[in-house]
Amino acid sequence: MASSSTRGAAIDLKSVSKHYGSFIALDKVSLRIEPGEFMTLLGPSGSGKTTTLNVIAGFTEVSSGSLDVGGKSVIGVPAHKRNIGVVFQHYALFPHMTVSRNVAYPLTLRGIANPDRESRVRKALDMVKMADFGHRFPSELSGGQQQRVALARAIVFDPPLLLMDEPLGALDKKLREWLQLEIKRIHRELGTTFVYVTHDQEEALVLSDRIAVFNQGRIEQIGTGRQLYDEPETLFVGKFVGDSTILRGAASTSGNETAIDVAGRKVAAAKRLSDGAKPVMLLRPEKLSLARRGKGGQDRNTLPGRIGEAIYLGSGSKYEVVLADSSKAIVRSTLDAETFAIGDEVDLIFAGSDVKLLADDENADFTLT
Amino acid sequence: MATRAIDSRDTVPAVTADDRRRWFRGQAFWLVAPALLLLVICLGLPLAIVTLRSFSEPRWGWQNYAWFFGTPVNLTVLQRTFAISAWVTLVCLVAGYPYAYVMTAVGPKLRLILILCVLVPFWVSGVVRTLAWVILLQDSGVINSVIRAVGLSPVKLIRTQTGVVIGMAQVLLPFMILPLYSVMKTIDLRLMQAARSLGASPARAFAQVYLPLSLPGVYAGAIIVFILALGFYITPALLGGPRSTMLSTLIQNQVLSLLNWGRGGAMGVVLLIATFVLLALAAPLSRQPHKTGSRR
Repeated sequence: MASSSTRGAAIDLKSVSKHYGSFIALDKVSLRIEPGEFMTLLGPSGSGKTTTLNVIAGFTEVSSGSLDVGGKSVIGVPAHKRNIGVVFQHYALFPHMTVSRNVAYPLTLRGIANPDRESRVRKALDMVKMADFGHRFPSELSGGQQQRVALARAIVFDPPLLLMDEPLGALDKKLREWLQLEIKRIHRELGTTFVYVTHDQEEALVLSDRIAVFNQGRIEQIGTGRQLYDEPETLFVGKFVGDSTILRGAASTSGNETAIDVAGRKVAAAKRLSDGAKPVMLLRPEKLSLARRGKGGQDRNTLPGRIGEAIYLGSGSKYEVVLADSSKAIVRSTLDAETFAIGDEVDLIFAGSDVKLLADDENADFTLT
Repeated sequence: MATRAIDSRDTVPAVTADDRRRWFRGQAFWLVAPALLLLVICLGLPLAIVTLRSFSEPRWGWQNYAWFFGTPVNLTVLQRTFAISAWVTLVCLVAGYPYAYVMTAVGPKLRLILILCVLVPFWVSGVVRTLAWVILLQDSGVINSVIRAVGLSPVKLIRTQTGVVIGMAQVLLPFMILPLYSVMKTIDLRLMQAARSLGASPARAFAQVYLPLSLPGVYAGAIIVFILALGFYITPALLGGPRSTMLSTLIQNQVLSLLNWGRGGAMGVVLLIATFVLLALAAPLSRQPHKTGSRR
């Protein structure tokens, strides 16, 4: 297993579409993934992220568009000739083979004989910390152990590209968090290009160099976690990545100044909008603060509200504030900040420059399964 | 970490073998009693009587067995019985394996139709089905008419071993398909996708992943079909000729025509023991080298 960091393959999807009858699973998706990059495809179920993965793996043929892996087109190349490692959510270990034979399988297929095969199997199992389990059958392992074996099997043949389809989806939270760090470490050690599918935005933020956010068969935005969080380009991205408060208002512009009518108050907007526009204001929880009614924030924007829910989180508190137009704001406060109880009359305080103004979009709603 | 994942199963007190024995002595016995009684009266008792008579008629001793093994035609028929049964098993396997596979791969509606196609023949008496084969296979029958129509010379099917194998395979096919299907439907087809991603061509993925996992079904189906074929009577009697007589026909001859219960019984016992020996030889094959864990 080489440890150089330049052995990952680049992936280039250009205008890739996939239709199932009249259903459009992928709609002209374009995505370039750099060699050695950890790219996460993030989105709700049915958003096209898994279809994209299956297209790269060769399990699904594209309806139109081009796909290059490592600079070569792989359109029409069957899955078994693509030399791409795949880790599945359901582990997909062969139940009739021991752990060692499972991991050795791709090497056997490539005609690699002992002792080379044995030493590579051992190295791969070492890497996922499963070296002592070689003689076991998959049914004798826990879910997390099975998934680590599956990971070893997918990297043992040194593929330049590793695809992972919600690999931690079936595991509990603690185990998931620990394996996330393991996957990050393995990515660093291998230098392989990783493409990771998940619907868990937190997981995406932990793991990825860059994230592509999918919605309804299209990519909404591609960027680092910070870019997606701080500068969401669409309402969907703003809602999907991180907690957010969404306020709707109407813009009134005179000269270069735009004010937005929201929840009974006028809020100064950071940029000029056309008069009568109906923008969506998106605010991150840590950009919001609270004060008792009339007790602060005079130099900034304030909206009156009432505490609807107060949640103690250990590291601080989280409040849900119900505003005059009955929209809800999420505020996170630190331990040393003033605490509030349900029903308290408060002012929601924020700086105009922290408001993200986005176009409204009725397709921004999603359900997580 | 491993201990976490094993979860609550460890905390549930295990039902010990002792508990089970006590429970069985209590109520469970009465639940299986009717079936046991039926088995003893309808199978155990007649079998014991037949075995007894094979030693006692016309007088006590081994004379019936000496006669069986001393008469070449009996040995020929015994050998033929096993050969025909093996052929029938093979034909059922070749025809049933892909059929059972398709049953697992199609949607629920088509699957229902395929299952019905397997089960409907069960609802028609074996005699009727065999007579249908007589019409199909006879020299001037449907099959030979078609062969003649396309300009080929007709083949002799009725009263031949081939005809017997064809007829028996059709009658016994469900006993192959159903066990195969019940095993195949537990095989996760996504394993084939995994095999392909690791570099296996579709043919190798089948041979190295699917086939080994389906073997328990193959063994179960093959054993059922083979054993049923060994004792088959109606189909070989109606479709076969003198050169395709099976042991069951000879037994019927001895018992019903010659009223020689001793010889007939001896033949039955020989067939039974030969079957047991064969099963014992096949048993190690069907033992799986792995534990089949629950598949998600």
